[in-house]
Amino acid sequence: MNDSLDAAIQDGAVVGEFVTDPLLQLRKVNVSFSGRVAVRDVSFDVAPNKITALIGPSGSGKTTILRSLNRLHDLTKGAKVEGDLLLGGVDIYKGGIATMLLRSRIGMVFQRPNPFPTLSIYDNVVSGLRFNGIRKKSLLDEAAESALISAALWDSVSSRMKAHASTLSGGEQQRLCIARALAVEPEILLMDEPTSSLDPVSTQRIEELMTELKNRVTMIIVTHNMQQAARVSDNCAFLLMAEDRAGELIEFAPTSKIFHDPSDPRTVDYVNGRFG
Amino acid sequence: MNQSTKSLLSRRNASDSPRAKGARGESDRFYVWTLRGFAALFSAILLEFVYSIVHQSWPAWTHEGLTLLTGTTWNPANSVYGGLPLILDTVISTLVALLFAVPVGLGTALVLNFVLPRRLQTITASMVELLAAIPSVVYGLWGLYVLVPWMSTTIQPWLGRLSGGAWPFSGDPLGAGIMLASTVLAVMILPTIVAISRDVIAALPKDLNEGALSLGASRSQVLRKVILPSAKSGILGAISLGAGRALGETVAVLMVIGGNAQMPRSLFSVGATLASTIATEYTEASPGNVAALGALAVILMVLTAAVNAFARRLVRRTGALSS
Amino acid sequence: MSDLLNTLPPDPIYDRREKIRAITAKTLRRRTRLSQLFVGAISTTLVIALVPLVLVLYTIVQRGGSDLTLAFVTKLPQVPTIGQQNAIGGIGNAIVGTLIVAAMAAAMAIPLSLILGLYLVEMNTRLARIFRGGVEILSGIPSILLGVFAYIFIVIPQHHFSAFAASVALALLMTPVITKAVETAIRGVPDAVTEAGLALGARRSVVARRVVLPAARPGIITGTLLALARAMGETAPLLLIIGATDSSTWDLNPFHSMSALPTLTYFYSNSSFPSQHRAAWGVALVLVVLVLILNVTSRLISARLSRRAQA
Repeated sequence: MNDSLDAAIQDGAVVGEFVTDPLLQLRKVNVSFSGRVAVRDVSFDVAPNKITALIGPSGSGKTTILRSLNRLHDLTKGAKVEGDLLLGGVDIYKGGIATMLLRSRIGMVFQRPNPFPTLSIYDNVVSGLRFNGIRKKSLLDEAAESALISAALWDSVSSRMKAHASTLSGGEQQRLCIARALAVEPEILLMDEPTSSLDPVSTQRIEELMTELKNRVTMIIVTHNMQQAARVSDNCAFLLMAEDRAGELIEFAPTSKIFHDPSDPRTVDYVNGRFG
Repeated sequence: MNQSTKSLLSRRNASDSPRAKGARGESDRFYVWTLRGFAALFSAILLEFVYSIVHQSWPAWTHEGLTLLTGTTWNPANSVYGGLPLILDTVISTLVALLFAVPVGLGTALVLNFVLPRRLQTITASMVELLAAIPSVVYGLWGLYVLVPWMSTTIQPWLGRLSGGAWPFSGDPLGAGIMLASTVLAVMILPTIVAISRDVIAALPKDLNEGALSLGASRSQVLRKVILPSAKSGILGAISLGAGRALGETVAVLMVIGGNAQMPRSLFSVGATLASTIATEYTEASPGNVAALGALAVILMVLTAAVNAFARRLVRRTGALSS
Repeated sequence: MSDLLNTLPPDPIYDRREKIRAITAKTLRRRTRLSQLFVGAISTTLVIALVPLVLVLYTIVQRGGSDLTLAFVTKLPQVPTIGQQNAIGGIGNAIVGTLIVAAMAAAMAIPLSLILGLYLVEMNTRLARIFRGGVEILSGIPSILLGVFAYIFIVIPQHHFSAFAASVALALLMTPVITKAVETAIRGVPDAVTEAGLALGARRSVVARRVVLPAARPGIITGTLLALARAMGETAPLLLIIGATDSSTWDLNPFHSMSALPTLTYFYSNSSFPSQHRAAWGVALVLVVLVLILNVTSRLISARLSRRAQA
């Protein structure tokens, strides 16, 4: 990598400073795929140690925005992200920012649990640390235990850490994936409909977990489930698909305001279930 | 897989009118019995195939017994039927071919899935698969007139010097021999390994790739630590299918291996495989020799059937073979 | 200030985060470099995989291209004599022989495979599953063994080599491939299509013939062409059963021995006449062109298929 990155690491712009307020700023963010605009002019702030929910109907660009935050669109040929995405004031799309470093700071949990099928529970949890070059056993053990406790999984798996991850139930697998992401100690955790493939009981466990995790990590969650957004999130971004099928931000406000006193009539319609 | 959902038979329609049912029942019975009849006919041909080959070899097994498997000299002219050199040449040339083809095949499968842009994927994959379309006699011709001189004047002397003439690079650089057969076989089985491991890898959930990247993994870490291990059994199946093909390949090997049935001493040795020996000696064999050649056919049949059955089990588990 | 402190993560986590970030940043350069090296290495393997294709095709065209004259592909072979060392004649009978053998094999394999494919889809019994296993094992059996079988089964009883015996061996080679293609293609036909036919009161046999097979036709054609391409290039079984690799007549009786391109290539490459050595490349070129035409056609059909499926 180049020197500007090293400098950024040295002066802490990339490494530390996770309590700057706001933690993450989106300014006029546009995402397009091979010229077709999927998200237009989205701007909002993510407050630290809060849960920010992205809500809106299918196709409104929620997941597209989420995936732009850890640069997963880099994998898609023809994808283009424009505008400013500032993490602690540093543009994460600026030349010299290493995506590998960025992604170890901004973790992600996916729709369906995706533990690595060939690895044991323990190896799954520490996989992120190992990817990042951490070999020291004591550090791995410490981080694994802490992450599993935070994911409310420690009690049930501490005695069978060598078992395959596939022996866990769906809800447990998803919590394992949360633990796996937490173990790297990210500042931000992106959650893409993390409970959409789970049963109601597991969903409730995860929602409780999210509230407990707030003091450890800042979360951004995409959800189709408005009750979920109302229950867990502190701030809400409501998106809709414009006529040209591009997602636009309609309203960004504290969750209570979005659900009880929204300022845009379209938000009123949506939270009252009139469309989407 | 979803056999039950697709069976027409399982879809007795509730809206059948009673009148239609009578006529239809009879015709359907005829249809079903036609299908069954041809399946039975084909099964009979398969059984006849196995039977006639085993039957032909029977005198050899009763006369020679295990010598056919363990004897170290194959000399039909003097009625000495030791099959070991042929078995060894067959197995060794296949293993060495895998040594060349597996790294190249897996690397290619990974590039096709993860490195090339989608537009180039299909066309590049088709080009690799065209390797499988070229007839084996053409590979033989190419091996005989292009690779033999190149091996004997360049590669083998170089390997000999590099290793100080030590095993397995000992002996005269003749060009033709086990090493060249392995090289040609490697090219021939490469498309099999690439096509199947590519399918197996493509069948993995996309989430695995993104999940690993989201933890900060580098591209090579994703491929080496997550993708390859997850696709392990399917890849092993792909390799075994390639091995099955190499074990039975006849004409290309026949043209470049030297055609001399002797115990292999090094990779430079000339040799003869089970298949190449059958191809060269079968039509001109005396009755006694025919039985021994039949025994070689039985050995080859058992070997390839076992390897293939193993491979298909592995690949089927991944759900990639249907494509 | 106290507000800020309250929002801080608990201390041990903060410490660990610092530690992890430091190591992550320190190993970044090495990991990036290793990754580039690995991607470079696997990209090289792709190039290595394509080299033989280019080399083989180049060599055949370079050494066989000059043979590709009208006389070469239409005339009968001419055996070189002392007076005419370079006489080679043509390979017309081998081309026709290959086409006849392939056509006979296809005539046997295609109807059989259609029925067997339907059988595998229609029957969901234990017997059908065992049968599928048998068909799959057959597809992995070396072709030389099918040659041995045809020799025992046909050549010995008839007391002579024949193109017919060769076509039986090739049909056995093609059947598992086409059957698999038929089965896959039929399973790809949407349930709704079949059900619509059945709901109209049509018989199952009629639905199969008029609705299911036509809907599955592109997939079946693709598989058939691939199998045919493979069979045309097969040499090993022909060496045992077709005989007459050096035939120089227009005898096209299928129950007689016949010349074919693969066996002629083999025969010429082993010949003691330099002119025949050279001609082997011409024969190989004609063979490769025939095979590639079938292969590429099949690929184009399947590419159009998948495009349509996407649309």
